[in-house]
Amino acid sequence: MRYIEPHAHMVSRTMDDYKALAMAGCRAICEPAFWAGFDRSSVQGFHDYYRQLTEYEPKRAAKFHIAHYSWICINPKEAEDPEFAREVIKIIPEFLKKENVLGVGEIGLNKNSKNEVAIFEEQVQLALDHDQLILIHTPHLEDKLKGTKLTIDILNQFSGIQPNRVLIDHVEEHTVKKVVEAGFWAGITLYPESKCTPPRAVDMLEQYGSTDRLWMNSACDWGISDPMALPKAILELRKRGFDDAAIDKFVYQNPLKFLRQSGLEILPEV
Amino acid sequence: MAESKVDMVDAYFMDARSKLIDIAAFMDRVERLGGAEDYRYREFVTALSALKSSNRAETVLNMLSDPSTEPIEKAGLSPAAGAYKKA
Repeated sequence: MRYIEPHAHMVSRTMDDYKALAMAGCRAICEPAFWAGFDRSSVQGFHDYYRQLTEYEPKRAAKFHIAHYSWICINPKEAEDPEFAREVIKIIPEFLKKENVLGVGEIGLNKNSKNEVAIFEEQVQLALDHDQLILIHTPHLEDKLKGTKLTIDILNQFSGIQPNRVLIDHVEEHTVKKVVEAGFWAGITLYPESKCTPPRAVDMLEQYGSTDRLWMNSACDWGISDPMALPKAILELRKRGFDDAAIDKFVYQNPLKFLRQSGLEILPEV
Repeated sequence: MAESKVDMVDAYFMDARSKLIDIAAFMDRVERLGGAEDYRYREFVTALSALKSSNRAETVLNMLSDPSTEPIEKAGLSPAAGAYKKA
């Protein structure tokens, strides 16, 4: 069955993963900029990474007939040196002009610190200044609830924010309602341990799916994660009795609707 | 939206039964081999009370969360642990 993987860190994955995704029906992958597992030490290191995202990774995906798009930002994990982060932010506009860049992301909070808040606000302003979509990471585990509330409060302070152009990712049962009721899109991340399982994701889709502002993703990266999580969630939707049209809406039409607001021609609707 | 009525107990009982036994075995293991004083374990045991509530998943997640509202001064190096350490 066709689907879009709206959040995957493919620089961390192998060609075998691309092949498995293609065979499972994946038509497009969206890759947000993220933390490498260690702090990069120079602006040039970030420049190289953004080139990898926008130039090299699309070629790897194309070998398996998968379209590849990226989001550009400095990750909240790298906000504790704000002066350095600001130097990196200066090079981001160069990449926002590229034909395969969706917007600014994944920005947000990680440990809910003051520096993270400052760099998050500056990147929200960057997105608004360049008329870009925004993809937002919410913190892990015990930090998620507080981080999600702070994120919504911060976004509401920007008069130029259009909630339908912002996706707040990694929602769980204690945050999904807050996000969709505030008018934002919500992303459900399927992780083996630390975020959401396919049965729990389907529970949330049953309760909030009628908003049409929900999608699911694997957020696969270099950690414990599963690039095949979305096909497993599709199987779970079938197990719960959802028909093909409803499943197509959750895993193809909804992501397409949000992503096409970028102005990019992304995949056919039919 | 769902096209047919699915029996949730048929669909999930064996999986939930397995996880329930895993939780029981985890608690036996910690209490037999040590770790029962760890704050994460204490919060885990406290959160079990949420199973008697409605909105159980949401309540468990809330009980394990940081309840504060203001940004912290600086992010430390340690990753999130899964349970908020109360002072």
